[in-house]
Amino acid sequence: MFSFTIRSFFQKLATLFFISIVSFLVVYLAPGEPSQIDPLNPKFTAEDLARFRAEFNLDKPLHVQYYLFYKNLFTGELKSWKDNQPVLGKVKERFMNSLWLFIIGTLITWCLSFPVGISAAIKRGSFFDRSTTFVAYVLISIPSFFFAYILIDFVVKTFSISVIGMQTFGMQSASPVYQVMDRIWHMVIPSILGALGGIALLSRYVRAQMLEVIHQDYIRTAKAKGLSEDMVNYKHGFRNALLPFVTMFGLILPGLIGGSVIIESIFAWPGMGRMGFEAILARDYPIILTINFIAAVLVLIGTFISDLLYMVVDPRIRL
Amino acid sequence: MERTDEHTKELHLGMADEVSRFTEAWRIFRKNRPALWGMIIFIIFFIVAVVGLVLTYGNDPVLDPAKVRLSEKLLQPFSPVNTEMIRLEDKPFLNMYLLGTDDLGRDIFARMMQGAWVSLTVGFVAVGISVLIGIVLGGLAGYYGAVRITLMDVLGLIAVSVSLIFLASGQGDLSVRAFLIAGVCMIFSFAYYVFVRGRRNHKMLGFLFVDTFTVDTLIMRFVDVMLCFPSFFLILTIVAVLPASIYNIMIVIGMTSWMGTARFVRAEFLSLREQDFVSAARVMGISDASIIFRHMIPNAVAPVLVSATIGIAGAILTEAALSFLGFGVPPPHATWGNILSNGQRFLYDAPWLIYIPGLSILVVVLSFNLFGEGLRDALNPKLRKR
Repeated sequence: MFSFTIRSFFQKLATLFFISIVSFLVVYLAPGEPSQIDPLNPKFTAEDLARFRAEFNLDKPLHVQYYLFYKNLFTGELKSWKDNQPVLGKVKERFMNSLWLFIIGTLITWCLSFPVGISAAIKRGSFFDRSTTFVAYVLISIPSFFFAYILIDFVVKTFSISVIGMQTFGMQSASPVYQVMDRIWHMVIPSILGALGGIALLSRYVRAQMLEVIHQDYIRTAKAKGLSEDMVNYKHGFRNALLPFVTMFGLILPGLIGGSVIIESIFAWPGMGRMGFEAILARDYPIILTINFIAAVLVLIGTFISDLLYMVVDPRIRL
Repeated sequence: MERTDEHTKELHLGMADEVSRFTEAWRIFRKNRPALWGMIIFIIFFIVAVVGLVLTYGNDPVLDPAKVRLSEKLLQPFSPVNTEMIRLEDKPFLNMYLLGTDDLGRDIFARMMQGAWVSLTVGFVAVGISVLIGIVLGGLAGYYGAVRITLMDVLGLIAVSVSLIFLASGQGDLSVRAFLIAGVCMIFSFAYYVFVRGRRNHKMLGFLFVDTFTVDTLIMRFVDVMLCFPSFFLILTIVAVLPASIYNIMIVIGMTSWMGTARFVRAEFLSLREQDFVSAARVMGISDASIIFRHMIPNAVAPVLVSATIGIAGAILTEAALSFLGFGVPPPHATWGNILSNGQRFLYDAPWLIYIPGLSILVVVLSFNLFGEGLRDALNPKLRKR
């Protein structure tokens, strides 16, 4: 196990190195650069342009830019091109905002998909099974931006509550109880939207895994011994069907950034996804690259943790 | 001739009728109600998209998706045309706005018909590109995976890619230098294989030709690297910096979604390689190309087909999301995503601007997903029992 951990760590480090190169190239080789963003502006003279390029190392050869970029990133000196703020500070602030949505979304995903998946597998072929399967397909197929508007329409009309942004305007003067309730209302809908895809996928995984386990010999033995239905299903079956939980752990972490661009844009939620979208619009390369880098690190950490967990929950696996 | 016929007849006596693979798959597929519906909707969508292209194409189309009628703003579906305000030649099809109008008085029915073709082509072309890349890389990793690359080859490869990178960044002199190094590597490598390798003591400069890693490692590590990117964010970044065009979207979606196919094809090739019919073909002296294209790819096509069908669903969703965010097909052209995006400001005044494109995307994507799942069950006998 120890040797696996060390080996895996260095493999992941090598992967990260290549990711840093590829993402750097994707962004820097793109046609046009930020200094040309407003070429017709008469106030933007040739000297200004040269100064801008020198300021952000754009006049240096590509490999030097690569070195300088990652050196600045790791020493924390990297600055956003748009507003000259340190990138790490901006990212940290936005990251905390996204984290809330992510945690609530993950809780919703896990609390819903395990019961649904298990009972669908136990009552295989029943109306419940067929309808949850269909709903899962609908949730995978529905465009999140469309579903967001249906939900906004519904919530605003039914409860008369505003859901855009992080809090209702003018709430700062209200009592803490109201403020907390307000914040929860604003968080719930984006989190549900973020969780939908996960619910559909995970409940399908759980169902498939549970079906696999239910047909094993030891389940038949347990039933033959005369154990109760619940005992067989949950103690003998479910424990062995826990693997998708572990797989999902690796897949769910990167969702923190990738899946949230659209939802955070619609709900004006100041999180990582929205910051990435704004950075793309402004060609703010340091922010774009940093977000890509963090996303890659999250994926690698996720797969690393899920590999380790696999070994813990399933002693048959030797990596 | 007669004898062989009789012979085969005798052989088949008492055996079940021969059923072709397709008939067998169709028999299973037909029983799967949702999948069948998926296929029917898919066919209808295909016809609608083609008809839509024909009707909205050209300078004076039957359905004009770009015709602005400011007096006919935000009309409900099925509202008749106001003949007093509209010139005769500006009248919509059937003298009625079947699906209503948007904030510029453009006919949503015409725009939806135009957008259907965009969704269809983006889905098919993007998945075509990704399947092509996936089959080539997955096939290489699966068939030639065990081949080892020497240190010299690695140096040459690095030099070539560095040269290309410098060329793309406009640093010509550095690019030429790297290219020269790559050339030297290649010539040296070639000379080594021709003159030195066959000799008895080819220890000379042997350290340069040490085996490093396998083709499989190279390709699969690259797949791992690609899988680490947040795909939608990456697509958004590239699409945002490239000039707005539908072809760029197709290419970018295709180039960022081939990893699944590559993995499937590799796994399939690894197991097919070891099977008797492939060994037999190899023993008969059939060329590698022929083995791959005649014997292996037809046997590996089922999982690729399934992942391609589901991939089309994903590509349509991605395109719609890009259009929604304002990237992609340039404005006068309608796509389902940008109809919805324009309509979001009128959520309460004109809900049909959101519900019509949104439900269309949902139904089409759902039909592709159900169709793909049905195909998987029908083509893969192993999954059928459960």
